[in-house]
Amino acid sequence: MDLRFDDAQERFRAEARDWLEAHAPGQLPSLDTAEGFAAHRSWERLMYEARWSVVSWPGEFGGRGVGLLEWLVFEEEYYRAEAPTRVGQNGIFLLAPTLFEFGTPAQQARYLPPMASGDEVWCQGWSEPDAGSDLAAIRSRAEQVEGGWRLNGQKTWCSRGAFADWLFGLFRSDPAAERHRGLTYFLVPMDAPGVTVRPIAQLDGDTGFAEVFFDDVVVPDDQVLGDVHRGWEVAMATAGSERGLSLRSPARYSEAARRLEELWRQTEVAHPERAARMADAVARAIVQAEAYKLHTYWTATRALAGEKIGPETSMNKIFWSEADLHIHATALELLGADAEQLDDDGRPGRWLDGYLFALAGPIYAGTNEIQRNVVAERVLGLPRS
Amino acid sequence: MHFAFDERQLEFRAQLRALAEAQCPPGALRDAWDSEHGWSPERWRALGELGVTGLTVPETHGGLGLGYVDLVLLLEEVGRSGLPEPLLDTALAVSLLLGADDDADVEAVRRQWLPAVASGAAVLGVASPEYPRRVVAGTQLVVVHNDDGLYAVTAPEVSGPAVRSIDGARHHVEVVLDTARSTRLAQGRRATQLLNATYDRGALGVAAILVGAADRMIAMAAAYAKDRRQFGKAIGSFEAVKHQLADALVGNEFAKPLAYRAAWSVDEGDPRAGAHCSMAKAAAGDAASRAARVALQVHGAIGYTWEHDLHLWMKRAWSLASVWGDAGWHRQRIVGRVDW
Repeated sequence: MDLRFDDAQERFRAEARDWLEAHAPGQLPSLDTAEGFAAHRSWERLMYEARWSVVSWPGEFGGRGVGLLEWLVFEEEYYRAEAPTRVGQNGIFLLAPTLFEFGTPAQQARYLPPMASGDEVWCQGWSEPDAGSDLAAIRSRAEQVEGGWRLNGQKTWCSRGAFADWLFGLFRSDPAAERHRGLTYFLVPMDAPGVTVRPIAQLDGDTGFAEVFFDDVVVPDDQVLGDVHRGWEVAMATAGSERGLSLRSPARYSEAARRLEELWRQTEVAHPERAARMADAVARAIVQAEAYKLHTYWTATRALAGEKIGPETSMNKIFWSEADLHIHATALELLGADAEQLDDDGRPGRWLDGYLFALAGPIYAGTNEIQRNVVAERVLGLPRS
Repeated sequence: MHFAFDERQLEFRAQLRALAEAQCPPGALRDAWDSEHGWSPERWRALGELGVTGLTVPETHGGLGLGYVDLVLLLEEVGRSGLPEPLLDTALAVSLLLGADDDADVEAVRRQWLPAVASGAAVLGVASPEYPRRVVAGTQLVVVHNDDGLYAVTAPEVSGPAVRSIDGARHHVEVVLDTARSTRLAQGRRATQLLNATYDRGALGVAAILVGAADRMIAMAAAYAKDRRQFGKAIGSFEAVKHQLADALVGNEFAKPLAYRAAWSVDEGDPRAGAHCSMAKAAAGDAASRAARVALQVHGAIGYTWEHDLHLWMKRAWSLASVWGDAGWHRQRIVGRVDW
């Protein structure tokens, strides 16, 4: 056991820190507005040009080919620098691992570099009006045509869908097959004829997600990811990334816990009674952030030893989403009567904004109720409901 | 960064598990409750032969010379198996003897007692600041303290009746500190430092026992939920049962790495070790309390009986929740006051 990063990893950390300190912009406009989306895209481009946008990818796709631990180090520095939310995260963290596992070399060469540079931002097309937690109830369909497929149906809750360039999604390709069988994974340009996007305003009023309608949208065969009718297996590989290591790196919570402790110190001066009352909740937040970080190092060590990380990713998802809520709810209590206030531009302050975002955590990427079923059935071995 | 136990450490745990399964089934644990000291001298000798009692005793004194990273995994197994022998108390006293002043009297104590610990002949005790004279019953050498310093007392005189716990395996006694018949290990600032370090190690050790006990209770409850049928199906197929067990498991799985990290920080002398031990105890205390509560609820009335074995682990969890500082105390210690 050794919980130190080695010299090479620390040099990598220093290099990342220097670059981020010199280049990370201050707060950008919300990425769920047209202006903010463009600003976040520019930041992705700047990172890509310095080869910091996808450090763990091979050099040929714009990365540095570093390992899992170095990626965690980079993430720690990224959050330490309070750098912007990654507008390309759905592509970089969810689709890319799937492309590396299931994509053809031609697909990898076509899609990965513009994803890394922010030139092509991806959204996810999984949920439908009648297929949320029951994802296998998907009805959007794909019919085979000459040289490709014709897509019809509706997807919803597509994060970044209002401004994204591409969508990855599941469609029912074999109408006779039931549930998890007969689904195919497609890559669809959002400007294809027949695609209609209807942005949906979220709790904060911004259009952070969208409904996407498909009316006779034709895509060629080379925009199928993985085998035809085997989309569920491909999608589950993505789901593992979403719940597990890649989407929510521990640095996010470590940094939030640091800021929470700082807020607590300020509260101790201004409102000592409130600070005393809230100390226990602040400590819980710190312990949770540390637990998530260490559990991630533990899992990363297992992964580097060649172990397959399975349904335990559902435990991660429950833990980080609950921890995120706890951190932000605690901050709002520390702020007291100030917590509700919007800033001069009519926008939520940082903690309130973070709280609104955290509220979505137990819902997206598979609700926590579904995750608890997965943990009970696939980790503890309880019978299916 | 390599956050894992090595082959040797895992093999050691497997050996301890085998010993516990053979020598400490629930019936034997119940016998320990009714025994004089709450633990078994025969099993202590067997643990000595395995090398467990002398794990942290230096090789020059007949031990294995290992550290808390090695110990933490074994303590987790102690919690899982329910072994009542005072491995943690002995290890804490060993650490105090090793950290004490290097004078001839102290060295004589080390030479006499450390080999006896390693062979499984001697059990050591240690008092915590809450009760500076209270130690595990039946211990031959105890480390106790007063305002002036820290003392090793051999064959201590017992005052008053045994202090019994809801966990029937925890028998404690109050001992007399006669400084004229004791060896002073440290005084003043040094004594305070040693006591603080013991508090950290105690918290980390108890945290490890608690996550092991929680593991056992979750496993018992999951097995019962697969077996017990109501409304024509296993109760484990109901989400009301599944979700409680899933949450108990998540809480415990995320408490474990905090305990492992605390052990590493103690061995490395990391200045943040105290905060790390507090985090371990805070998380493990909560996780084990929740596991006990959920395991009882899943078992229903049968879990509320004396006859069912669940209470042997539940009561361990309840008792240890406030030993070497409860979760709330450790959280107060973390926030805003120490570097973590």
